Amino acid sequence: MSDTKTGARDVVLRLDRITKRFGALVANDAISLTLHRGEVVALLGENGAGKTTLMNILFGHYVADEGRVEVFGAPLPPGHPRAALEAGVGMVHQHFTLADNLTVTENILLGTAPLWRIGLGLGAAKERIAQLSKDFGLAVHPDAKVGRLTVGERQRVEILKALYRDARILILDEPTAVLTPQETDALFDTLRKAVGMGLSIVFISHKLHEVMAISDRCVVLRHGRMVGEVDTHETDRHRLAELMVGAEITPPDVSPATPGPALLRLADVSTPNEGAAPGLQSVTLDLRAGQITGLAGVSGNGQAALSDLISGLRLPESGQLLLDGDAQHKWSPRRAVHSGIARIPEDRHHTGTIADFTLTENAILETYMDAPVSRGGWMNWSAAEGLTQEVIKTYDVRCPGPDTRIRLLSGGNMQKLILGRVLERAPKVILANQPVRGLDIGAITYVHNRLLAARDAGAAVLLISEDLDEIIQLSDVIHVLSEGRLSPEFPRGSKTPAELGLWMAGQGFEGGAHAA
Amino acid sequence: MRLEPIANPSLARQLGYPAAALGLTVVVASLLALIAGANPFATLGLILKGAAGSKFALLETLNRATPLIFTGLAVAVAFRAKLWNIGAEAQLYGGAIITVVVGTSVLATLPTVPHLFVMALCAAVVGALILLGPVILKTRFGVDEVVTTLLFNFIMLLFVSYLLEGPMKDPMGMGWPKSEALAKDARLPRIVDGLRLHWGFALAILSAIAVWLIQTRTTLGYEIRAVGQNIRAARFAGIPVNAVLVKTALLSGGLAALAGFSEVAGLKGHLSLDLSPGFGYTGIIVAMLALLHPLGVVVSAVFVAGVFVGSDSMSRAADVPTYIADMLMAIALLFMVLAILLTKVRVVRG
Repeated sequence: MSDTKTGARDVVLRLDRITKRFGALVANDAISLTLHRGEVVALLGENGAGKTTLMNILFGHYVADEGRVEVFGAPLPPGHPRAALEAGVGMVHQHFTLADNLTVTENILLGTAPLWRIGLGLGAAKERIAQLSKDFGLAVHPDAKVGRLTVGERQRVEILKALYRDARILILDEPTAVLTPQETDALFDTLRKAVGMGLSIVFISHKLHEVMAISDRCVVLRHGRMVGEVDTHETDRHRLAELMVGAEITPPDVSPATPGPALLRLADVSTPNEGAAPGLQSVTLDLRAGQITGLAGVSGNGQAALSDLISGLRLPESGQLLLDGDAQHKWSPRRAVHSGIARIPEDRHHTGTIADFTLTENAILETYMDAPVSRGGWMNWSAAEGLTQEVIKTYDVRCPGPDTRIRLLSGGNMQKLILGRVLERAPKVILANQPVRGLDIGAITYVHNRLLAARDAGAAVLLISEDLDEIIQLSDVIHVLSEGRLSPEFPRGSKTPAELGLWMAGQGFEGGAHAA
Repeated sequence: MRLEPIANPSLARQLGYPAAALGLTVVVASLLALIAGANPFATLGLILKGAAGSKFALLETLNRATPLIFTGLAVAVAFRAKLWNIGAEAQLYGGAIITVVVGTSVLATLPTVPHLFVMALCAAVVGALILLGPVILKTRFGVDEVVTTLLFNFIMLLFVSYLLEGPMKDPMGMGWPKSEALAKDARLPRIVDGLRLHWGFALAILSAIAVWLIQTRTTLGYEIRAVGQNIRAARFAGIPVNAVLVKTALLSGGLAALAGFSEVAGLKGHLSLDLSPGFGYTGIIVAMLALLHPLGVVVSAVFVAGVFVGSDSMSRAADVPTYIADMLMAIALLFMVLAILLTKVRVVRG
């Protein structure tokens, strides 16, 4: 362990001038990365910068056009996913790869031992798992069914799985995206223990304060190129952000809100549980004109039910949804649209747009029944195209033209088209569900400014996000959703991130462990 | 090997692969002819001559294409919405039954044109209703329409068999299982005197144009495409998905039933169990070869009909079994499906 601090540190992983092209796009352009024993390297970059491609090459899912990969001094044969695993590289994916109906132990053993031997080795395996979880501070019960575990616990199982297979190098892909601030701290403790025992870690992220907190060195990618490699203690968040984006960043200027009356109200609304996802439990929520209401919380705590409800996809099991004080009994997506609700869905690729439709066809998805786009059942395509041109211009959608299929657009431009589609109608209520997930910083700023402008024009905005920083930055009032329960309303600045984190973990609710 | 989607396929790619598919089909057909012991060039020449070598051959091909245009349209319309209607055969027979019922009823006193109109309308309605059951089972209970529509074909054939042995049996039919014939005035007239091509062909062309207009110019066409491409996004946007599926089913079932109407009123004049040698199933091939484009359906129906008619005639002249036509269709379809895939993706090693 002491050799990690000396000059002659062991190189455990070397990616040497990796280049990967997809047609005309260069996803990785001669990227080199070296990882030493007992070191945490952060791989930093915006979406589409090439981080995932690089890791897919390491794991043999893609074959690099140029360059080579060495693990512990030996070259990895390209295109063999097992080779990296066998060489001692473990990956914890952003989306977990666990079987819900198996126990923790079974999940960890799955794929390591021949199936017919699972029964025989179970006792020894459990002991080893217990030892590993003690050594690394990964508290999880080996006999628990994975389906019943929280997201944080599932992540621990993924890490245990890698450790059980004697991984000496851990790759973590956006590991904190699904965690509360407290769970993130616990994860960092584990990672520090692992490094102390001589493991090496690649930490993929775009959250700068976490990178600053955990890494020894940062490698920054932008548009497939390596644009910087710095020792973490010699840099700061602003320098890293500039490297990542290639320009200085100005956060949106959030002026104080002037809230008006509640335009949409959920009154004591409950929805049934759906599998592991909890339904809403007696939720009362007011969305006021001229105000951004932020909804913080880890995904899977009832956000889907709440957004489906406001989108018109479902009705409450009990309780009422009121618009301008009128209870809605026949509620549908079309009614929601016609009642002046703008809906920005969580999944812009599969719910918000139809990939093989053109921009025009996507722009009119919600209004194709209304004049001038159609009259008496007949489409007026030139009118539809005119409206789309208007949206493209007003919302700065970068595209070859309205006839382009939307699948060819970047996520940011796709989102701008959706924004244009719903905001052009001057909505009263805006449901923005994860509106900037996966966007680059330029697009994020654009979306945030548009939401703020809509707020100032008198719209009631509900911002649902997993990113607590985003919620705190934009929201005039904040609620936390945990296990389907809604916290009281917290005005801007009245709670620290750590305090909100406790609410996200379920503390503070009636019957919870403490009052906040 | 992996498949990588191509963002913007070139025109050369979009035309080249389907052309190559047709070329390969010809090559494989030649091999089959060789195996059957015939000269491949002579065989293909005979097929071409039998399909389009004379006015008689050409009109016979168009005659055979008529029901295939209807069933091809029925399939193309449904598949656009990802509604897998495999039951065009049942809907065709449903249309045929009602055509005979109306055509031999008291309505026979009507003048020819209104009478034919009523017959066609009734046929379309019955065909639509036949598909309504499976589509309601699908939208309400999630029952797979592939299974229900496919099994309906067998139910309908047995039902027709019952009708022809029982209530609809022609008393003057010398014991053959066929229905009473339509009145002379209840027949679709022929387009060219002395040749079998009838006005059903014109109706088929008009139907194709109508379907094309619906798909490209109406809100229903837009809805059908949206539901077919991405049902989740369509539902989120407020498109009434179930209503669209029901409307699609009515349109599809109605079109398939018109094939039955046209065959009975234009060609056979009565209902029998050999009315359709699988037009409903061949309609799937026709629609797929046309990439589900309604105007393309006309072209591919004529092509498919030509292969069948030409093979019949070739078989008589060259002593090669007519099965070669079925094999040709199967090969053409397989190559075309592959070609369509290759216009959208490229194969990458590794």
